[in-house]
Amino acid sequence: MAGYCGKLLRINLSSGEIKDEKLDLAMAKKFIGGRGLATYLLSGEIDPGIDPLDSANKIIFATGPLTGSRAPATGRHMVVTKSPLSGTVASSNSGGFWGAELKRAGFDLIVVEGKSEKPCYIFIKDGAAEIKDAEKYWGKLVSDITEELVEESGDPKTRVLCIGPAGEKLSMLAAVMNDTYRAAGRSGVGAVMGSKNLKAIVVRGTGRLVPAEPEQCKQVLEKVRKKIKENDVTAKGLPTYGTSVLVNVINELGIYPTNNFQKSHFGTADKVSGEALAEKYLVKNMACYGCPIACGRYSKVGDVEGEGPEYETLWAYSANCGVDDLAAVIKANKWCNEYGLDTISAGATIACAMELYEKGIIKPDEVDGPPLEFGSSEAIVEWSRKMGAAEGFGAKLALGSYRLAEEYGMAELSMSVKKLELPAYDPRGVQGHGLQYATSNRGGCHVRGYMISPEVLGLPEQLDRFSLEGKALWVKTFQDLTAVIDSLGFCLFTSFALGVEDYTDMFNAIVGEEWEPGRMLEAGERIWNLERMFNLKAGVRPEADSLPKRLLEEPISDGPSKGHVHHLAELLPQYYKERGWDEQGIPSGTRLSMLDIA
Amino acid sequence: MVVEVRLFATFRKGRFKKREMEFSEGSSLDDLLKRLKISKKEAGLLLLNGQYASWKDKLAAHDVVSIFPSLGGG
Repeated sequence: MAGYCGKLLRINLSSGEIKDEKLDLAMAKKFIGGRGLATYLLSGEIDPGIDPLDSANKIIFATGPLTGSRAPATGRHMVVTKSPLSGTVASSNSGGFWGAELKRAGFDLIVVEGKSEKPCYIFIKDGAAEIKDAEKYWGKLVSDITEELVEESGDPKTRVLCIGPAGEKLSMLAAVMNDTYRAAGRSGVGAVMGSKNLKAIVVRGTGRLVPAEPEQCKQVLEKVRKKIKENDVTAKGLPTYGTSVLVNVINELGIYPTNNFQKSHFGTADKVSGEALAEKYLVKNMACYGCPIACGRYSKVGDVEGEGPEYETLWAYSANCGVDDLAAVIKANKWCNEYGLDTISAGATIACAMELYEKGIIKPDEVDGPPLEFGSSEAIVEWSRKMGAAEGFGAKLALGSYRLAEEYGMAELSMSVKKLELPAYDPRGVQGHGLQYATSNRGGCHVRGYMISPEVLGLPEQLDRFSLEGKALWVKTFQDLTAVIDSLGFCLFTSFALGVEDYTDMFNAIVGEEWEPGRMLEAGERIWNLERMFNLKAGVRPEADSLPKRLLEEPISDGPSKGHVHHLAELLPQYYKERGWDEQGIPSGTRLSMLDIA
Repeated sequence: MVVEVRLFATFRKGRFKKREMEFSEGSSLDDLLKRLKISKKEAGLLLLNGQYASWKDKLAAHDVVSIFPSLGGG
């Protein structure tokens, strides 16, 4: 066995049954692994129409064939389930070390079904698993429980994946955390774990992962490592400032959403930038498993320390909330990590609440905490904690911006797509990226088709961010390639230096195959369509391929990108065409047959 | 003519964050880069008044120039 372990661990929390299953390798390769394979299994094993918090939902923790290998930056795993936030398929990605450990323990993926009567956790060591009691851990914060579970295992090399109180309380914004600071953040996947009374999955693996073709592998990896070392982004930019370097870039272009997307330029952004972070609070870099890039930030302010904040977090809690206090953002990030919350959605939900408060729609007497005012450092910190603890008005915030705004009859003030909060780029100033927001299978997501790369950073080539020409094909290509990278087990940041040929070469050498890059991309397209079909069956219709009204109708009011709206109405039909879908946005029978998922 | 120059990330080391600089009429971004001792290769992202620019572009009075090294993020 090379690349794949060839084994799936199936755990039923209702019956207590634990089963080792042999992985159908042909099926695994058809969907590559990770995101693709788990989506395939989920599609076949649950009715897409179920309530995501019902015990009939399943949650899959999936590694890729290259996770835990010698290839660079392969510490990734996916958490795949039906999302309670958006009702779409959820595939939330995380780095760190837990995924690699699961491979060394002998499993490609874990499928968790049913619901435990009492709080429990799963303990896995070298091919064997048990369900253990977690009553004494329920209610604990992520860093505490991680420390205690490692201690209880008796082995300091044990890796912990867990939910914090937010997941326990079924927050729509709950993340699944691992290695204390890493997050499978989006889509409320933590609530699914919480609904099953599953607090953690603890893994220790001492197995060795050997490539199919060791000589070939050695050569390919030498070539790939050289590319990463010689690329400015992976060798200089990311290691020096992390993702936070983007704050000033995006702001200088005037696409830095401010005050819940009411403006797009933040005057004091430099105070909450990557440069400011490096100057004031950065302690050291952090790297995930086998990663030469080491983009992680470990920061400290007073007695608050930990990994982060990332660019998205900096944005969500600063400009989007009108706050320019970096220390407060670090503290808000820390609460999200400890309670297990998606920093993007948490910050964006607070921003939405701030606009509702500003407009007098949320009244002061409803708010049992700091006034929800734009610019308030106190508000972003305390409301993150209250959201994580589901305390008072915080329990409403914990449902996300869409449900919050909808309750007040102002759903259009939730800056979200398919109820997933939009990240840190104003699509009115980046047309292709806006198309990605509207069409991503999990909702308002930036990372599954990161058009900022060509439209802003000029990688692989510089596109005109305001132009519509050719964008539909670019978006499709980025989406398909991202599905490949996610499913293989790589970190997306390798894609600044590597191309699909490199990923294919590494797959071939490690798994023992002879694929062409075209076959990889086709698999990516297959995965994308599979996710689309799941969503359609789940009742998420093409009408949801949209953007908030503000971004379609109101031009950017300030800054260098002033005057632009997003032209989705023109781009969407082109996108459906490129995807081979009908005019309604439904994958055609022909396309599905071609991809062999009819 | 006076132009505002903003530097970011590693370009700030040994230089400045924001400064007004004087250039003669007809000067280009290339002249500006040369004066700051930033090579064309190093300059990853060049913005003129928030829009993409190349080193060949000419400067005008009161322009705002933003210079970033090669970048990536998410």
